[in-house]
Amino acid sequence: MSEETILVSLEVNGKQVSGLVPARTTLVDFLRDELRLTGTHAGCEHGTCGACTVLLNGEPIRSCLVFAVQLEGQKITTVEGLSQPDGSLSILQDSFSAAHAQQCGYCTPGMLISAQSLLDRNAQPSDEEIRVAISSNLCRCTGYQQIVNAVKLAAERMARE
Amino acid sequence: MEKPFRYIGTKRRAKESPRFVTGQGRFVADIHVPGMKHVAIVASPHPSARIVSIDSAAARAMPGVRYILDGQEFCAHTDSLYVGVDAPKVTRYALAKDVVRYSGEWVVAVVADSRAQAEDAAELVEVEYEAMPHVIDPERSLLPDAPLLHPDHGSNRLYHRKFVWGPVEEAFAQAEERLAFRVTWGRSSTVPIETFGVLAQWHESDRLLDVWASIQMPKYPDQLARALRLPGNAVRVHYDVDVGGSFGLKRGIKHTVLVSYLARRIGAPVRFIEDRLENMRGGDMHGPDRFFDIEVAFNRDGLVKGLRMRAVDDVGAYAGRSPLQLGKPVSAICGPYQIPAIEYEPTSVMTNKTPQEAVRGFGQAPTNLALERTMDRVARHLDMDPIELRRRNFIRSDQFPYLIPSGSTYDSGDYHAVLDKALAGIDYPALLRQRDSLRAQGALAGIGIATCLEPSGGNSAFEPLFNAKNDTTTWMDSCLVRVDLSGAITGVMGTSSAGQGHETLVATVLGEVLEREPDNIRVVHADSLNALPSNSPVGSRMAIMLGGAAAGAARKIKATLIALAAHNLGCAVDDIEYAEGSASVRGDPGKMLSWDKLVEIAHRKFHLLPPGMEPGLQAGFVWEVPTGGGLPTADGRVQIYPCYSFEAHVVLIEIDPETGRPKILKYLCGHDCGVMINPDIVHGMTYGGIAHGIGAALYEKFAYTEEGELASGTLMDYLIPSSMEVPELHIVDHCTPSPLTTFGQKGSGESGYLGSAAAVCNAVNDALAPMGRSIETLPMSHLAIWNTIRPT
Ligand code: FES
Ligand code: FES
Repeated sequence: MSEETILVSLEVNGKQVSGLVPARTTLVDFLRDELRLTGTHAGCEHGTCGACTVLLNGEPIRSCLVFAVQLEGQKITTVEGLSQPDGSLSILQDSFSAAHAQQCGYCTPGMLISAQSLLDRNAQPSDEEIRVAISSNLCRCTGYQQIVNAVKLAAERMARE
Repeated sequence: MEKPFRYIGTKRRAKESPRFVTGQGRFVADIHVPGMKHVAIVASPHPSARIVSIDSAAARAMPGVRYILDGQEFCAHTDSLYVGVDAPKVTRYALAKDVVRYSGEWVVAVVADSRAQAEDAAELVEVEYEAMPHVIDPERSLLPDAPLLHPDHGSNRLYHRKFVWGPVEEAFAQAEERLAFRVTWGRSSTVPIETFGVLAQWHESDRLLDVWASIQMPKYPDQLARALRLPGNAVRVHYDVDVGGSFGLKRGIKHTVLVSYLARRIGAPVRFIEDRLENMRGGDMHGPDRFFDIEVAFNRDGLVKGLRMRAVDDVGAYAGRSPLQLGKPVSAICGPYQIPAIEYEPTSVMTNKTPQEAVRGFGQAPTNLALERTMDRVARHLDMDPIELRRRNFIRSDQFPYLIPSGSTYDSGDYHAVLDKALAGIDYPALLRQRDSLRAQGALAGIGIATCLEPSGGNSAFEPLFNAKNDTTTWMDSCLVRVDLSGAITGVMGTSSAGQGHETLVATVLGEVLEREPDNIRVVHADSLNALPSNSPVGSRMAIMLGGAAAGAARKIKATLIALAAHNLGCAVDDIEYAEGSASVRGDPGKMLSWDKLVEIAHRKFHLLPPGMEPGLQAGFVWEVPTGGGLPTADGRVQIYPCYSFEAHVVLIEIDPETGRPKILKYLCGHDCGVMINPDIVHGMTYGGIAHGIGAALYEKFAYTEEGELASGTLMDYLIPSSMEVPELHIVDHCTPSPLTTFGQKGSGESGYLGSAAAVCNAVNDALAPMGRSIETLPMSHLAIWNTIRPT
């Protein structure tokens, strides 16, 4: 016997998607289990760690704190949507790789989303602004130093292009 | 002089990074096996109670429920988990039977089609308990009238011994000065952002168990098979699962035995991914919770002559390997200092708390805190500069190899040089001026120094030291290298990784030895039935052990290629010159066989092989830890780790006198781990270790109430430092190669963490010193600092 389900339709990474899920399905579970977009991670499921961060209409949100049904028809961007259309790395992703801004990679998708959203609204952030922007995302591996360096590198590279 | 390295030590991207920055990592929760079921846990709300009855009728009737398992059934069909010391009566199973020993202990497991359904049903399981007395305080737990956690064991003491190395009595009798004090390391842990998870599938027709897990654990498949009463070859652990952080901790053996039993019992794949509360409360992954009673004897010139260290560590309700975390520090019990006489009295005690697991450094970070507080207190007592005091006590670079009283020989180092570099790097005179001007403006400001060692190479000689019945003397690691018919190289490692960049490590080393481009070398994680023996990435061992094994295998391949070339070019092996994968006759470069040609001969042309050579091109290498193999002497001396990395931390901290809030203003770490194979990876782990130690020093604590409840079960109460608490971090490198390893490398997986908490603690105490106050207990929370400085 299974639970009653509801049809949810969203735009994820530019594609129309839908799924039949129980009403209590969170966005992170919808992305991971229904759409099998497993790049978005869950670290606490209570809104503290930031691993589950995605963009909702361009703004970062915690996907563990919303139900998928609340977002009917809205636009979501996940880490899988950051790469270039041809699948190659975006400048930010490439800068993370170049600056060794990831170790275990578990916080990385959420970090990338928070950093991308910062760069979208502030093309030349200071170190302090970078730290504020990623303070919503916990990382246990890096001590944040190489992440700050990577975001700075990405901003420099974007300015040059 | 060796020729400089080609790939080692150069800036190279981590091979692993593309999959992580695109969201293509493969973590355990990403693995989907059709038909898999999900587990929810019913946990004890009591720290100590008798289980009177379990009623699961209502839960069983819930939608989607497949099975409900309690401890009676589970314990009848599985065996107890491994105990690291000689305490056979301290048995441990994933599910409690008859009694519960800590709040959060697992009592019932519910399996359902979805996790939500399992959780709904778990809420309806009714367990009746009869509360029993509990004990939370470790000192109280050692008293004769304390309630016993495991009555059959006879006491709450799991391990105790007094080691005396050198003339301790004389040192104390003769020294001009003595000090005694207590320092406490609070109960914290590594708390990776990914919780532990495991998925198991039983194939009845093959009688084979497949396991995917977020695991970092030596001898995991073996312990799993034993607990399940299966032969070792009935368990296949897939090590190609990315582990979302571990730092020693992810040893979910109890989770795995439970899920594996269920998968076999119900005939379906079963998965359990801890939620955060489960991870913090019942995941059995707390770290050391330890106090030290220190007595130190020293002369007025600052030279430390003798040390007595009594260490009491609260491991929680069960044993596992945790008591051994008092054993590893024996390997560097005097730190980087010449202390000729040491008494060490470790006691491992059980209380009604969540059990302890291995944490980054395996007990060395708390010990380093105790040593570094000792150095600062001696300096303060003598009114001597703490830097000068350390310089006077350091082992000098001309004294290596240096035998310490507890039996380990340090391989190499130059502590004076690294400390000098660190002080120059941070501009120490300017740092002093900054502190003093902050003080002049009415702020509380302090500088902290910590100089300490990271034993590396991951030997387990503390096992026989702490358990006479265990005579394990090898802790090998290995690598298998294949060159396929196309000439491409694949390195095979036998363990999983949790962010340490092992694929990059192996590729760099293979590329270095074979003179082939590392970017084109693939590195895979075998499953446990395919793997050569590995003891997993513990004890800062992989640069040394996996790196050494990869080099050993690559050298075998190279030797084969050279023998093959000599045979076909009609010369002696010694006449062959190997360069960039090709082999030519020395002095006659026209006579040459290219890489592709050599590979083709090895794979296809048996008639061209020297007699006795195996066709195909592969080599395995299993390496014993350098200096390993010895058993302890009767008085408890043994060589434990082979290599000793060194770090010198310097930190400036400011404390708001109005609120007690600490803020780190400057941080620099001088670091010497010998030859770095990939500097970005080493620096990354060091930065992360520093941040982790800042957390242990100022923020992180698994607090318990008097009633025995865990008071910090979420990331809102257990405070992991964010990018706002961790300041800009700087590292200054130094390189003293190890004479014991393939390339001169030492370990660095625990770097930063081993000294940062001590440095921060010394800085806070320097800030409090003008008020005549001090704090000797971690974490020095905002509130604890406020309580110390507020007007009385
Ligand atoms: S999983 Fe959403 S904030 Fe941690
Ligand atoms: S890279 Fe591991 S948590 Fe950030």
